[in-house]
Amino acid sequence: MSKKTKLTASIGDQTLRSLTLLMAISVLVLMAWMGWQMYYSALPSIQKFGFSFITGRVWDPVKEQFGALPFIYGTLVTSLLALLIATPIGLGVAIFLNEMAASKVRMVVAFLVEMLAAIPSVVYGLWGIFVLAPWLRETVEPGLAKWFGFIPLFQGTPAGFGMLAGGLILAVMILPTIAAISGEVMAAVPNEQREAALALGATKWEMIRLAVLPYAKSGILGGIMLGLGRALGETMAVTMLIGNRPDILPSLFAPAYSMAAVIANEFTEATNTLYLSALVEIGLILFGITLILNCFARILVWSVARGPKGGTSNE
Amino acid sequence: MNDRLRKYRNLAMMSIFTLATLAALVPLFGVLGYVVKNGFSALNLEFFIHLPKAMGLSGGGMANAIVGTLIMVLIASIIGIPIGILTAIYLTEYDRNSWLSVAVRFATDVLTGIPSIIVGIVIYTSVVLKMGHFSALAGGLSLAIIMIPLIIRSTEEMLKLVSQSIREAGYALGISKRIIILRIILPTAAKGIITGAMLAVARVSGETAPLLFTALGNQYWARSLNEPIAALPVQIYQYATSPYKEWHQQAWAGSLVLISMVIILNLIARLAFRSRSN
Repeated sequence: MSKKTKLTASIGDQTLRSLTLLMAISVLVLMAWMGWQMYYSALPSIQKFGFSFITGRVWDPVKEQFGALPFIYGTLVTSLLALLIATPIGLGVAIFLNEMAASKVRMVVAFLVEMLAAIPSVVYGLWGIFVLAPWLRETVEPGLAKWFGFIPLFQGTPAGFGMLAGGLILAVMILPTIAAISGEVMAAVPNEQREAALALGATKWEMIRLAVLPYAKSGILGGIMLGLGRALGETMAVTMLIGNRPDILPSLFAPAYSMAAVIANEFTEATNTLYLSALVEIGLILFGITLILNCFARILVWSVARGPKGGTSNE
Repeated sequence: MNDRLRKYRNLAMMSIFTLATLAALVPLFGVLGYVVKNGFSALNLEFFIHLPKAMGLSGGGMANAIVGTLIMVLIASIIGIPIGILTAIYLTEYDRNSWLSVAVRFATDVLTGIPSIIVGIVIYTSVVLKMGHFSALAGGLSLAIIMIPLIIRSTEEMLKLVSQSIREAGYALGISKRIIILRIILPTAAKGIITGAMLAVARVSGETAPLLFTALGNQYWARSLNEPIAALPVQIYQYATSPYKEWHQQAWAGSLVLISMVIILNLIARLAFRSRSN
């Protein structure tokens, strides 16, 4: 190679390296910038209301009174309801796919579960408005009220649109996340574990319970946290189904509001600075919560799927 | 515990897991069934080539929304795909284990979990407010931010699959690193990278929340990228929550188009990838 081509080659090498390095750094910058941008825009509201923003129950843009508690309440109730439903089912799916299904069945079912995640949120919302909510109003909620009406959760007029509808649609939407991550960590459990259990005469269920689940436990927990993160921030389907009323009521049938929904509904109407920054502050809280949840969840999942426990790495 | 009891318990648990899997698929077929049923009856050629009709009138289409979605997804791809691929190259080819790479990988994973509406807020406060108007550019930019972590993740996985011996063979021949990456590694992993990009495109084309206050939506054609522009998901949302029956019909038809797009992209991506690994 002549000296000249060597030189251009090394310049080319340097350029590509620097370019990729720049892009890699830009990802970090992007995340920091997003946080800062939101904090900066939320500052007027943070300074004016301080901590009372989170505990305030009144949301009145006309009087410039902003308390986010009803939204936090609606978000938490619907997300927890979704977790309660989606966790056992999602785990069941993960176990079925990883430990039971033949490879052809697994391929088809895994694809279908991924399709569940691929359906856009707004389509779930549409289906919720015209199929799920009427069904809840006419069949499910009257039934629940009849049999479990002594519990405050199931009292009140069946409206269809409310926290139950929001929670159910969220359950459908986070189920693939929980199933996929749990499946991923179960797949990372070394086969020797399973074989050892089977060799000792364990049934399949005993093998799963004794050899697979304990090993995958922290990763599964991570998957559940990722599901929760998705539920907390999910916007469209919830906005279309939760009823959009900033009340704090015990009944699951009652309309409520979520953090993401109030942002979606009111953001373009927020004409003055304080109103806008109050909405951004809700977004900032959401950002903060999902950031922390995701950090913990990733650490848990990494600890199983990529962790140092020899032989589990799939790289 | 006696053996028969253990066997029954095993059978019971296996049945529960199978039932759970079936239960998980009920909403999928429920949604698909209703979208196909209601969507088909409202779908016709007019839907693809006409503008929306005024409220309460039947007929009309979502041509502007379909084109709007394509435009913004294109903008997002132009920005997001190169950034994503270059970052992934850095993570696999230059620097697999430094603290910087670990941090970038971690940030990528965390970014994937940030609610998409947050991206909308950030672009609104930083771009829309500064420019003074909603625009296709702002919408495309927010979709790009959602796309970047997806592309990084999938590309990185694909680059990792390229066997180390191919790299070593390149070095042994004295080929420069740039050529090895551009001419050997990227082509080897190309199919997988394209698959990942298609899945990311499918994912962002259904996004609504980040477009609500960046692209805003538009009942007419946008004349430039600097104007508010219609998008299919946003249009579906507005129509679904409107009180008009005719618009509900259109929302179902729009959903059918959107879901078909997403599923076809997913299918192509997966089939292409399977033929590669076989």
